[in-house]
Amino acid sequence: MTTTDTTLTFDDAIAAYDPLLGFEVHVELSTNSKMFCGCPTEFGAAPNTQVCPTCVGLPGSMPVVNRTAVESTIKIGLALNCEIASWCRFARKNYFYPDMPKDYQISQYDEPLCSDGYLDVDVVDADGNHQNVRVEIERVHMEEDTGKLLHTGGDTGRIHGADYSLVDYNRAGVPLIEIVTKPVPGTGALAPEVGRAYVQALREVVKSLGVSDVRMEQGSLRCDANISLMPKGSPVWGTRTETKNVNSFRSVERALRSEIIRQSNVLSSGGTVVQETRHFQETTGDTTSGRVKSDAEDYRYFPEPDLIPIAPEKQWVDELRAGLPEAPGLRIARLQQEWDLSDFDMQSVVNAGALELVVATIEAGADHSAARKWWLGELTRIANSQGTSLAELAITPAQVARLAELVDSGTLNDKLARKVIEGVLAGEGEPDAVIESRGLAVVSDDGPLLAAIDEAVAANPDVVGRITGGKPQAAGVIVGAVMKATRGQADAGRVRELLFEKLGVTPE
Amino acid sequence: MSADGQRSLTRSTAAALAAAIVAGDVTALEVTNAHLARIDEVDPAVHAFLYIDHEGARAQAAAIDAKIAAGEPVGPLAGVPVALKDIFTQVGIPTTAGSRILEGWRPPYDSGVVDRLREAGCVILGKTNMDEFAMGSSTEHSGYGPTHNPWDLERIPGGSGGGSAAAVAAYEAPLAVGTDTGGSIRQPGAVTGTVGVKPTYGGVSRYGLIALASSLDQAGPVARTVMDAALLHAAIGGHDARDSTSIAQPVPDVVGAAHKADVRGLKIGLVRQLMGEGYQAGVSQRFDEAVEILRELGAEVVEVSCPNFEYALAAYYLILPSEASSNLARFDGMRFGLRAGDDGDANVEQVMSATRAAGFGDEVKRRIMLGTYALSSGYYDAYYGQAQKVRTLVANDFAAAFDQVDVLLSPTTPTTAFKFGEKLADPVAMYLNDIATIPVNLAGNCAMSLPIGLAPEDGLPVGLQIMAPAMADDRMYNVGSALEAALVNRWGHHLIEEAPAL
Repeated sequence: MTTTDTTLTFDDAIAAYDPLLGFEVHVELSTNSKMFCGCPTEFGAAPNTQVCPTCVGLPGSMPVVNRTAVESTIKIGLALNCEIASWCRFARKNYFYPDMPKDYQISQYDEPLCSDGYLDVDVVDADGNHQNVRVEIERVHMEEDTGKLLHTGGDTGRIHGADYSLVDYNRAGVPLIEIVTKPVPGTGALAPEVGRAYVQALREVVKSLGVSDVRMEQGSLRCDANISLMPKGSPVWGTRTETKNVNSFRSVERALRSEIIRQSNVLSSGGTVVQETRHFQETTGDTTSGRVKSDAEDYRYFPEPDLIPIAPEKQWVDELRAGLPEAPGLRIARLQQEWDLSDFDMQSVVNAGALELVVATIEAGADHSAARKWWLGELTRIANSQGTSLAELAITPAQVARLAELVDSGTLNDKLARKVIEGVLAGEGEPDAVIESRGLAVVSDDGPLLAAIDEAVAANPDVVGRITGGKPQAAGVIVGAVMKATRGQADAGRVRELLFEKLGVTPE
Repeated sequence: MSADGQRSLTRSTAAALAAAIVAGDVTALEVTNAHLARIDEVDPAVHAFLYIDHEGARAQAAAIDAKIAAGEPVGPLAGVPVALKDIFTQVGIPTTAGSRILEGWRPPYDSGVVDRLREAGCVILGKTNMDEFAMGSSTEHSGYGPTHNPWDLERIPGGSGGGSAAAVAAYEAPLAVGTDTGGSIRQPGAVTGTVGVKPTYGGVSRYGLIALASSLDQAGPVARTVMDAALLHAAIGGHDARDSTSIAQPVPDVVGAAHKADVRGLKIGLVRQLMGEGYQAGVSQRFDEAVEILRELGAEVVEVSCPNFEYALAAYYLILPSEASSNLARFDGMRFGLRAGDDGDANVEQVMSATRAAGFGDEVKRRIMLGTYALSSGYYDAYYGQAQKVRTLVANDFAAAFDQVDVLLSPTTPTTAFKFGEKLADPVAMYLNDIATIPVNLAGNCAMSLPIGLAPEDGLPVGLQIMAPAMADDRMYNVGSALEAALVNRWGHHLIEEAPAL
């Protein structure tokens, strides 16, 4: 391959070439059992403890289709606006590899269960304008996952050159859904953002269906990003590469950006892009060359003769359609309207991973501004400082709702509320229990307040003079002294009222 | 027990043995011991068995006896010995499918057929020889040496299930289980003078049956009488949720049909394409006589045409290798069985390749190559795709024929048993043995072969094939049983009794 100095920047590349995108996303379904046998699918079990004759491909073993997996696939298809086949078959994809126990994968080939759908994704262009990009879905099909290989020794971390390799078949046969897009043209400079937004939106859709954990870091959502460049205005598509090992939304964006720059430099220096699999390197942000994928690779697909066709009844599909949750994109738009938020504020909620928590807090009785305030403010600060996510904090939406209620009723002020949060997170129990045990409630009895006011007034005669002399705003000094004396447990508003009453001043 | 007593036990039908055991006239252990003694006596010459489970068989028999003594319920074939084709998994018992590549493999699980045999109370004597991965018509392709035909030890016992048929013909077992992908139960039945049945596809579980061609493979019974075959068929048949292609319906009443044995008013079709030219004179002669007997018994006989049967053999030899090339991929030396060439330097592909080169025989390699080619991109439509169309046409021919008649008849094989080596050098000549049996596998319906006499020119058994529609397995038992009774009546004994002493 031609080596080139990187002379073209991303902007140069986009000025000269049109990118064409395509995505193959694999989603591991969170069914209790595997695609074709009864073995459990839990992540992280000791190697080769979740296996049986079928998923290690022993002679004579046979597959039986997991109905829940079919149902989950239909739900994904419906949520992506696909046609659901009334009759389709599994196919065998034949190739020899030790992570594939039968040396063929049961997959679907020319008869996918779901086809011809779309997903609308929202991206923001350089001018800050929202653009809706419709990503067309070619197909959604079912297949089985492979085992996991661990290569020991050698420098490459690959099977060739390894001293020996270990294989764990726990993952072999876990239900896998492949979602393949049609080529996505016309994204220009937004291509990397479109890639990121597509995978993000797809994850939200699948998550809302409750059919997968969709955790990129655990591999339950895996994205292969395909991209090719063609000279601007050219009707002929370029040669594509397929980038794997893209393990986060940000990586999708970075990988596409890096490939656009790399390919444009290959092309502009007169070279040709090689059709190959590339691996994204998290540390450098670049892709490196992997297996060359020639068209000569022949998987000898044919209909799986050990399984009967899948023929989902129309009534079943209709029931699943009727039971679909609101599409995540539409739901966000609806909530944004209900809460009367700007795009920016709504995006903040989503980006903070707070949407479901805020919704649950509102359902538990809080109003939306209070719910947002606590989750995006104090709780986000704590989560960030602890390096964890909001969802993992040891506080529930119901507890946050109670906190908001206590602030609203004047039992707590914000400062006290933060102490209550501290107590809840420290495992001291419900907010009310923390208030009780830490003695945190606002002092609402006027007696101790009046005593503290008397003290402060006596200590600050000059301030009192200014207040009575027509500068009520100077009262802050006295209020502050009272708050200090009561260790923050006074209601500042009430202190102000009592002070003015005592001094016989009527503020504006 | 006296030698005569043992001899009478091994000569008994399964039906008689089951009745005697449950009545307490004889113990299951005595029956098992008699058969083990017979195996030890004749199998060095016949080589029907690849593995004889002396200890396990006696333990199974003793357990049955204990149950009977305790008055506990037992299955319908309690204590009856059975020989199992070495293609079914059985926990802890070496299972090779006739291949060196699986030498020494002991499965950790029981096949569906073994489950049913255990439920029925059968005693599994051991595993029978077969052509490697069921590819062949003579057992000459076994990785462990051929089985000899008890009628003439210089001749083939048929294949792939030659071991099962020979074991039953040599009185080593009253019953055996075989598998039939293109005739592997029926053709050995025909050339050994035994009864062999390929049930309707989906009628017997394929779970734990080492797959040759998944869409064609079917397990079925081998016996010396039609009734015994029915008893075993009823025992091993029925739905198994672990096999998606298993039919979720009860087994047709094959035992009742074997009792009925009445063909009056039945319409029988002779398949024009499966008679005449290419069939040995003695085979045709015995076939015509059998048809005449059925006519005398009150059946109406007509000739029917199945024009697409002409293409069945060609289609079969595309579909079978295609599926086999994929089914046999897992024999790669990684997880079980033979591993060759793992010298510490070889990479994984080299080890896989060396293992398959060393472990597979020529016929297996030939078919894997044929199938790999037929499925290749650019050739798929012309070969595999076209063959599937022929398959539909063959099924349509059957459907049209069964609109006119209740069952179809043909000779099971074109010839009687041939000599070792006669067809080994010419694969196509070997494949032609199955010309009459293959259409049924392609269409998925059922067929039986039963002995109808000896060919005058060589004195070897001739088989007649009865074909019935899918899930009408009972029809062939009715017809077979009626014909068998008439023949026994004519001869005064079952044909198998004319076999020479070993």
